[in-house]
Amino acid sequence: MATARPEIVFAGTDGGAVLTLDEYRSAGGFGALAKAREMAPDEVIAELEASGLRGRGGAGFPTGRKWAFVPKPDQLPKPHYLVVNADESEPGTFKDREIMLRVPFRFLEGCLISAHAIQAKTVFVYIRGEYEREFEILRDSLEAMRKAKLLGKVTLVLHRGAGAYICGEETALLESLEGGRGLPRTKPPFPAVAGLYAAPTAVNNVESIATATKVLELGGAEYAKLGVENSSGTRVFSLSGDVVNPGNYELPHGISLRELVYDVGGGVPNGRALKAVIPGGSSTPILTAEDIDTRMDFDSLVAAGSSIGSAGVIVLDDRCCMVQLGVRVSQFYEHESCGKCTPCRVGTRWLTQILQKIENGDAGQADLDLLLSVCDRILGKCLCPLGDSDAIAVASYVARFRDEFQQHVDLGRCPFEGESSLERILAPTEMHARHHEAAHA
Amino acid sequence: MTPALYDRIQDLRKRYPERRSAILPALRLAQEEHAGWLPPEALTEVADALDVTPAYCLSIASFYDQFHLEPRGRTLVEVCTNVSCALAGAQDVVDAFERELGVAPGSTSADGAYGLGTVECLGGCGWAPVVAIDNRHRLRVQAADVPAIVQELGDGDGPA
Repeated sequence: MATARPEIVFAGTDGGAVLTLDEYRSAGGFGALAKAREMAPDEVIAELEASGLRGRGGAGFPTGRKWAFVPKPDQLPKPHYLVVNADESEPGTFKDREIMLRVPFRFLEGCLISAHAIQAKTVFVYIRGEYEREFEILRDSLEAMRKAKLLGKVTLVLHRGAGAYICGEETALLESLEGGRGLPRTKPPFPAVAGLYAAPTAVNNVESIATATKVLELGGAEYAKLGVENSSGTRVFSLSGDVVNPGNYELPHGISLRELVYDVGGGVPNGRALKAVIPGGSSTPILTAEDIDTRMDFDSLVAAGSSIGSAGVIVLDDRCCMVQLGVRVSQFYEHESCGKCTPCRVGTRWLTQILQKIENGDAGQADLDLLLSVCDRILGKCLCPLGDSDAIAVASYVARFRDEFQQHVDLGRCPFEGESSLERILAPTEMHARHHEAAHA
Repeated sequence: MTPALYDRIQDLRKRYPERRSAILPALRLAQEEHAGWLPPEALTEVADALDVTPAYCLSIASFYDQFHLEPRGRTLVEVCTNVSCALAGAQDVVDAFERELGVAPGSTSADGAYGLGTVECLGGCGWAPVVAIDNRHRLRVQAADVPAIVQELGDGDGPA
């Protein structure tokens, strides 16, 4: 079945990139900003609320409501800040990068629209340090906008991260932007009231901001016609793993996983069978092949026991050992734990070690129980969702593939006998080799 | 410290309402000036330019993976080994670089030309495996591509 592919975020690119200001303007670019600046800030927020746009970073909080929570300058007379989270690092997710590469002006226009809505004079774009080309494109685009006097009274600063997944968590990002280690803060106070430099701050994802430009252009009600109930609009799905055509695809919310993986993605290569899909970045609960008709929207994925997260879809074929997957995913969260909360700092390491023990065939029945018990002791007991992400992911592998975990225990070895597609998994040696050696000494 | 570094850090300070916010870009500049790593004198230089202590600079530098507290080679090769890259053969790519460069993952060649590392997700899962060479991403790298890449890199000072 052919699926309509309305383009919002990537509109007007014809599969390529719009990298000059002239080209972007000749296609109507910066019209939305002009329109927004003629509107009162509250009217802009109302358009966003009418659009039903929900945050594209992972939490799915309605963008308009987030802006409405920022106190007005006369209520709280401090500088107001817009901080854009361009620290995309969730495994399986690579959409914000393509947005910055292909439609930098649409994104930067959205920054100025958002700044107008929350009455911020300063915008910080926190872009992950590994995105070199993306940084250069934003820097050059910004310079062109400055020359064309499009910034008005707004100062826009590109701030580069330096390699820390945790800085994608909004309060850790603010700590990092203030010049600290990226340690999450307690909430409340929420950033809307006391964010950057303890001043009112909106923190939004790149895709949300780029979409805001089109919401203003089309009107909120028109945008809301796309997608499905509670999940309006399009989504940039990042498709990777065991799939014929990996890449980013902008599609309306509500498309089925089957259409995404088979019609759009070309299915599983080499005639292999589909085994599982991680639907929204590595922190989201895994789905099995039986869930293939799940619709890709906020509510449908919750009903399926998972989450749309960052829409980073990782496809796994029948060669993938779920215990090995658990080891590799857990190693990631263990490495990225900032160490502030004990359940996360210690628990993520325990998960990795128990999973490794199961994979090695050294685990007994009690270790399976212990694995789930450690998950429980992390869940909901930390300041931020990082530890939860590991626990939720690992617990979902056990829940959905219990037999496979049991086989490891019963056989005293990995049932894949060296043939798993993740067989020679290798976590970053610099970060793991030393303390794992110490732990196993 | 070169006067240029001090002055450039002062320029960075001006972008932010509070000086500490300039520490990540300042450390990045200092690392560039010190051949890709942060020796103790680099931390002192950044500390002086930002009116913070060297210990504070160390606490920041040690938190972020892109700052290196030991030499990492004039050219740094980093292979992503997260799930999507692993499925696409990242381990074979790591092995190929190890063979071609004669450097084990996580270490630096004796002549200081190359560092080889494995890293967490670089955000290129759809173009896996991804290899970052001095932070420039090469996409869909296969083990068979590695000899040509290494030849192109020459003696570690980048393409001629």
